[in-house]
Amino acid sequence: MTTRVLDVPAVQRGPLAVRTRLRAGLEEALLPPVVALLVALVIGDLLILAVGQPPGAVYRLLLQGTWGNAYGLGQVLFKATTLAFTGLAVAVGLRAGLFNIGAESQLAAGGFVVALLGLVLPAGTPALLAIPLGLAAAAVGGAAVGVVPGVLKARAGAHEVIVTIMLNFIVLALLNWIVAAHLHVPETLHTPEVHAGAIPRLADLFTVFHGSAANLSLLLTPVAAAGVWWFLFRTRRGYELRAVGLQPDAAEYGGVSVGGVWTRAFALSGALAGLGGVNFVLGYKHYYEDGFASGAGFMGIAVALVGRNHPVGILVAALLFATLSQGGLAIHAVVPKQMVEVLQAVVILAVVVSVPEVRRLLRRSRRTEAA
Amino acid sequence: MSVLDTVLALVLQTLRIAVPYLFAAAGGVLAERAGVISLTLEGFMLGGAFGAVVGEFYLGGAWIGVGVGIAFGLALAAIHLLIVGVTRFFLRLAFGSSSNSPRIAAFGETGGLLGSLASPLLWLGLVTIPVAAWLLYRTPFGLRVRAAGEHPDAAASVGVSVPRVRYAAVLISGALASLGGVYLAFEQHQFSDQMTAGRGFIAVAAVIFGRWNPLLAGGACLLFAAAETLEIQLQATTAVPSQFIGMIPYILTIVALAGVVGRSVAPAALGKIPD
Repeated sequence: MTTRVLDVPAVQRGPLAVRTRLRAGLEEALLPPVVALLVALVIGDLLILAVGQPPGAVYRLLLQGTWGNAYGLGQVLFKATTLAFTGLAVAVGLRAGLFNIGAESQLAAGGFVVALLGLVLPAGTPALLAIPLGLAAAAVGGAAVGVVPGVLKARAGAHEVIVTIMLNFIVLALLNWIVAAHLHVPETLHTPEVHAGAIPRLADLFTVFHGSAANLSLLLTPVAAAGVWWFLFRTRRGYELRAVGLQPDAAEYGGVSVGGVWTRAFALSGALAGLGGVNFVLGYKHYYEDGFASGAGFMGIAVALVGRNHPVGILVAALLFATLSQGGLAIHAVVPKQMVEVLQAVVILAVVVSVPEVRRLLRRSRRTEAA
Repeated sequence: MSVLDTVLALVLQTLRIAVPYLFAAAGGVLAERAGVISLTLEGFMLGGAFGAVVGEFYLGGAWIGVGVGIAFGLALAAIHLLIVGVTRFFLRLAFGSSSNSPRIAAFGETGGLLGSLASPLLWLGLVTIPVAAWLLYRTPFGLRVRAAGEHPDAAASVGVSVPRVRYAAVLISGALASLGGVYLAFEQHQFSDQMTAGRGFIAVAAVIFGRWNPLLAGGACLLFAAAETLEIQLQATTAVPSQFIGMIPYILTIVALAGVVGRSVAPAALGKIPD
């Protein structure tokens, strides 16, 4: 094997530099998204005014319906859990320079495989065995779909955007057929309930959450985010992945197998999206339902963009988008709930446009300070 | 019905399905050759379809509908997530329902086998592809577009304003994709929520499939449309589950992409912003 030049470079650290760098880093991490949110808020105001409502009251309603009561909060956490997984999935792809438009079908496949496992396991399988098996099944299901575009790109040079778009159609149609033709409970489009592996809902532990879909699988999101962070920034494989994302030719020259990284990145991305299926299948309904993943995969792209492809940013972005989506239901009586979809898009645009801009201004002002 | 009639009917159906793809793909090629990723085609189309219906319903006249459609597609030319929400939002305001508009006349109803040939947009769609190819390969503007997409720094060094070229390319792509949406709305004589149903993505696929060349991308559009026609025909006649028949165009695409087309080389500066 050739020598690797791509080992993690030693960062020069001086006691004096640390504090300024820390401050600069914090400013750069926090200020741009805050500015972007303010911009989005102003545009949201204008939209609400356009339909003739007072913005303050609408925002208050939105907050009350989400963070203002336990049920709303539970719904937000439930939605955020799925979005965090699809967001992480898209981000791992983007870090490797790959556009994964297929989180939608990877999520559905993960949910389907975990439901299958739950149907195969005998009733009374201890949770300590059934739940880890379920997680593995979901990851395998997602990865099985995810690895296809990776292999096709590495081996045949097929563009991953087309392959993932096409796979969405194919996989969702296939799952629809399996459920509709072989596995459904009569009169529905969902499978029977799983025999084992159900994850307790928050409502089972705290009665205030009664009726909300939130469940303990939300505890998986910080674990997954931390795992992704560790992998990306503290392991050789993660370093290779980011190197390929930044400059594939240079990475190849440094001894990295670019095709191998593409394949692994897509498998990991698919596995993360697939894990998101646990939230719905084991945590909420206890069965696979056709169309449960609808929209969550595409929203994952937005979550990754707004979260700047960083695990921590993605958790925050997932909460933000879940709040907006749940909030749409809360304000439906006053303004059309599609308002919130527009608002979500405005958030994306504001972040995409203003973050690099604010960052540039920050750097410029710092340079003039130093001069 | 004679064999000739059947063949003619299939060809016409293919063309009708192909027109929105042709418009959107022509636009997609232009934007991507200028270096701008065009996952927004879906949004442009949806905006165009919506504007066309609103324009014709409130202002009367199919051509006014076309104009408003393009204007709407352009005005909202942001990202497709935005447009999906926006059209629904305005659908509420414009027609008091968030899923359907009332019926519009479009270019009128002409019955018969050849009736669909009466739509001027169908012809415009067919012409768009060669025009896009001419624009891209035979005009100074096209040269600038390609330079902006391949090597923006080099383009800038000889005095081409890369941002301006990119804006222009995106605007043209928006106008073209909107026309695809307009055609779609006129075909169905109404606007319905999310009526583009992934067609913009198929157009993106056609662009990449056609290796960012307008003529090849146009060919890919016709291929997709033919596969869809086949799908519709098979659905009516065979016992194979419809889900499997529905997969045909997508599986064909992947197989073709992996086996036949080989490596697709994107414009070098696609999605990159020069300093």
